Amino acid sequence: MADNVTPRVRVPRDAAAGESIVIKTLISHPMESGQRKDGDGNLIPRSIINRFTCEFNGQSVIDVTLEPAISTNPYFEFQSLVPESGTFTFTWYDDDGSVYTDTKDIAVS
Amino acid sequence: MKLTRRDSILLAMGASAAAMVPFTANAAVEDLINAFTGGAAVGDAGITLIAPEIAENGNTVPVEVDAPGAVAIMLLATGNPTPSVATFNFGPLAGSQSASTRIRLSKTQNVTAIAKMADGSFAQASSEVKVTIGGCGG
Repeated sequence: MADNVTPRVRVPRDAAAGESIVIKTLISHPMESGQRKDGDGNLIPRSIINRFTCEFNGQSVIDVTLEPAISTNPYFEFQSLVPESGTFTFTWYDDDGSVYTDTKDIAVS
Repeated sequence: MKLTRRDSILLAMGASAAAMVPFTANAAVEDLINAFTGGAAVGDAGITLIAPEIAENGNTVPVEVDAPGAVAIMLLATGNPTPSVATFNFGPLAGSQSASTRIRLSKTQNVTAIAKMADGSFAQASSEVKVTIGGCGG
């Protein structure tokens, strides 16, 4: 079970129509790989975020499948087009079934 | 022992088979690539993989992939216990077919990125990363 999972997202506040903007996301999560052993030599079970998606007004920007080889506190940087004002929705799917979401509004001038 | 012509041919075949072993040693990586490409030929143009030459800490190695016109990019760490790292699927609103993230590497190895282009072709790029301290725990 992952505690204190906090998503953090950086999106510019405004953009020109059709502009490509840079989005940076970070979520605090241990990303337990399932390869490590505890002090008694028992494997620590895998517990990672296995999928991350970003959508803008319901349209997909990026959809990432994560494997245990992604570092602790998964970080992603990617670019998105913004055709109009709207809302970015970021979703992280945990192995334990939890879903973490964050939204960011952007205004197109 | 007298070396007949048949023997020498067999020897030569054995030697070439042995020489090919390093390329096929990592069957898991080949399987993953085949599953992604469907066995199609993989070119090497149109994809850029940026990874550090030396990573002091294998727990967080920054990598960046860029493949204009790609619909999906698969990232592999060929020397990890499980070679899959991540698969990026780009939607219609992706501003560019590029992404950066941080990955774990267990030891010095090649990091490979394979892009599936919109026209159905594939491109591959590899980069060797020297890892000082592995990132998979003990």
